[in-house]
Amino acid sequence: MHDLIIEAGRTERQYWRDLWRYRELFLFLAWRDLLVRYRQTVIGVAWSLLRPLLTMLILTMVFGKLGKMPSGGVPYALLVFCGILPWQFFASAIAESGNSLVTNSQLISKVYFPRLLIPAGSLVTALADFLISLGLLAVLMFWYRWIPPIQIVTLPLFVLLASAASFGAGAWIAALMVAYRDFRFIVPFVVQFGLYVSPVGFLSGVVPAEYRLFFSLNPIVGVIDGFRWCVLGGEHLIYWPGLIASVLVTASILVTGIRYFRRTERTFADII
Amino acid sequence: MSDAINVENLGKKYVISHQRAKGEGLRHVIEDAVRAPLRLARFRRRQTRKISEEFWALRGVSFSIEHGEAVGIVGRNGAGKSTLLKLLSRITEPTTGQIRYRGRVASLLEVGTGFHAELTGRENISLNAAILGMTRANVARKFDEIVAFSEVEKFLDTPVKRYSSGMYVRLAFGVAAHLEPDILLVDEVLAVGDAAFQQKCLGKMGSVVQEGRTVLFVSHNMAAISSLCTRALLFESGRLRSSGAPDSVIKEYLATGRDRARVAVSARTDRQGSGRIRFTNVLILNDCGETTETVRSGADISIAFEYSICGADRLDNAVVQIKFFGALGQPLFACLSRAARLESLTLVAGFRLVCNIPRLPLVPGAYTFTIWCTIGENLEDYVSEAGQLFVTDGDYFGTGKLPPNQVGDFLVAHSWTADP
Repeated sequence: MHDLIIEAGRTERQYWRDLWRYRELFLFLAWRDLLVRYRQTVIGVAWSLLRPLLTMLILTMVFGKLGKMPSGGVPYALLVFCGILPWQFFASAIAESGNSLVTNSQLISKVYFPRLLIPAGSLVTALADFLISLGLLAVLMFWYRWIPPIQIVTLPLFVLLASAASFGAGAWIAALMVAYRDFRFIVPFVVQFGLYVSPVGFLSGVVPAEYRLFFSLNPIVGVIDGFRWCVLGGEHLIYWPGLIASVLVTASILVTGIRYFRRTERTFADII
Repeated sequence: MSDAINVENLGKKYVISHQRAKGEGLRHVIEDAVRAPLRLARFRRRQTRKISEEFWALRGVSFSIEHGEAVGIVGRNGAGKSTLLKLLSRITEPTTGQIRYRGRVASLLEVGTGFHAELTGRENISLNAAILGMTRANVARKFDEIVAFSEVEKFLDTPVKRYSSGMYVRLAFGVAAHLEPDILLVDEVLAVGDAAFQQKCLGKMGSVVQEGRTVLFVSHNMAAISSLCTRALLFESGRLRSSGAPDSVIKEYLATGRDRARVAVSARTDRQGSGRIRFTNVLILNDCGETTETVRSGADISIAFEYSICGADRLDNAVVQIKFFGALGQPLFACLSRAARLESLTLVAGFRLVCNIPRLPLVPGAYTFTIWCTIGENLEDYVSEAGQLFVTDGDYFGTGKLPPNQVGDFLVAHSWTADP
């Protein structure tokens, strides 16, 4: 027999157990988002290749050819692509998980499950796109005859870091969006703006040394630098104080994001 | 047997903020933060305003339900039925009290929750089942049964956005009907689809009850409650008013509200007219002559007007009209004494005027009515929305079946013959 007690102000206790109990629903939500993502599009999943490819061409033109930024001895296109991959993952993850609660408002007002599953499901779609474009990176490396260094085996760690940052920020935005639809306008702006304050089209090395640590407070800086270190190696050394700063910022975003989400979650159905 | 559901002192408070109703935006939060230093000075005023904005949708509700009981929940709109279901299904958190379950709970507050228009019927079955809490193994086992029940075999691989609304509802209910929880919470889901499908749903509900599952069922369909349920709870203004055998609770429910109507007309000050006659009361009488506000479709009803005459014993050449409006305020029909009678009316002090409506042709819903009286060219009394009338499902055609729902406002007496 399943016993369940719901008490005013004490629904907390069940939560983590419920997350596990509803794991199948999580898979279904992620699966639904994946299925729906490219329905009724002509080129379908090719969009997840086309987007980073076009962005790469433009950024390579602007920063590499016109701006003549230093590339540290690697093809500029490869350098840019290593920045685009984690950036686009982060950008689409926060945009989609941010919107996810509002787009699923019907579900929220009609059935119970731990709401954290919804932004988590959106993260999975962004991750799937990311993995597909990772294949494109492999093709690009082959094209430039680029042999990655040994540290590429640590790449999953940086994917994890990117996921943690995306999930933390996504939880914050999703929960805030329920009460303040203003974030619908803030998020696209942040994403647009973020492309230029993150080292996507250029190397972090071009940032003056005295600002480097401050620059690294952006959690994506650590992720992009890590990516370049893994894939390009050589001169692309990790700036350790920066990476540590990124990890700490990510951890605090994740913890506070989940906390804030949990705290506001109980009122979602009332105000959404 | 032990209790399947035990509810103790359950309450849900909403804070309705009129000032903020349109602006839960970020601007207000920033504004408040900026004004924070000033707040101390205005502390007292804010406090009092907050208190007046509290609203208890449900308060001090306690009851318990045993395993295998089928319990119907009745009450007017706003009585707290939906809030109760929301609390029971954990969609929102109670402000006070406790709910204790023994057994797996599934709630069905709407058919097709989480259906995605872009997905096919097959995909939606899996998704919807997962949302309602069915395991994957269970879905696989029940899949064929669900498809057979909902009669959509041919369209399984078509996106549901191309479905007709009937197909959509059938598929959605098909999934829901094959949940096998110990405790099932259901909200008005039978109010969808055509009559045949409603009958099928009722049948399915009946068999769920027969299997010994615990069912909690919110409905305005009194016929369904009295045939399916073993007990009923009546809610009024957020409180549990009574609990007992379905038929007696339904009777009580249908009788409530008669006091309100009595107070209303004589206390109205926003009336028009010269006032030689004043309506003091308007009563709706059912076919047994009892005063009520709630009648069934197809019932013979009467409307009795009580009035006082100023400065005379009788008034000749009076014309009285009662006009009915639907839930959206649309005029539906009027009973006009001048049109329905050959001779003019004479109102005598101490008498009452009665308008008989045989076989009420209104579909279930809430209606309001406006009354007026003229003598000659002169408007004597006019009371807009003088009272309300609630119509519930009834056997209009005398066939033992309910008339079709949600097709227009009226029922029309008719017959069918199959001619060679």
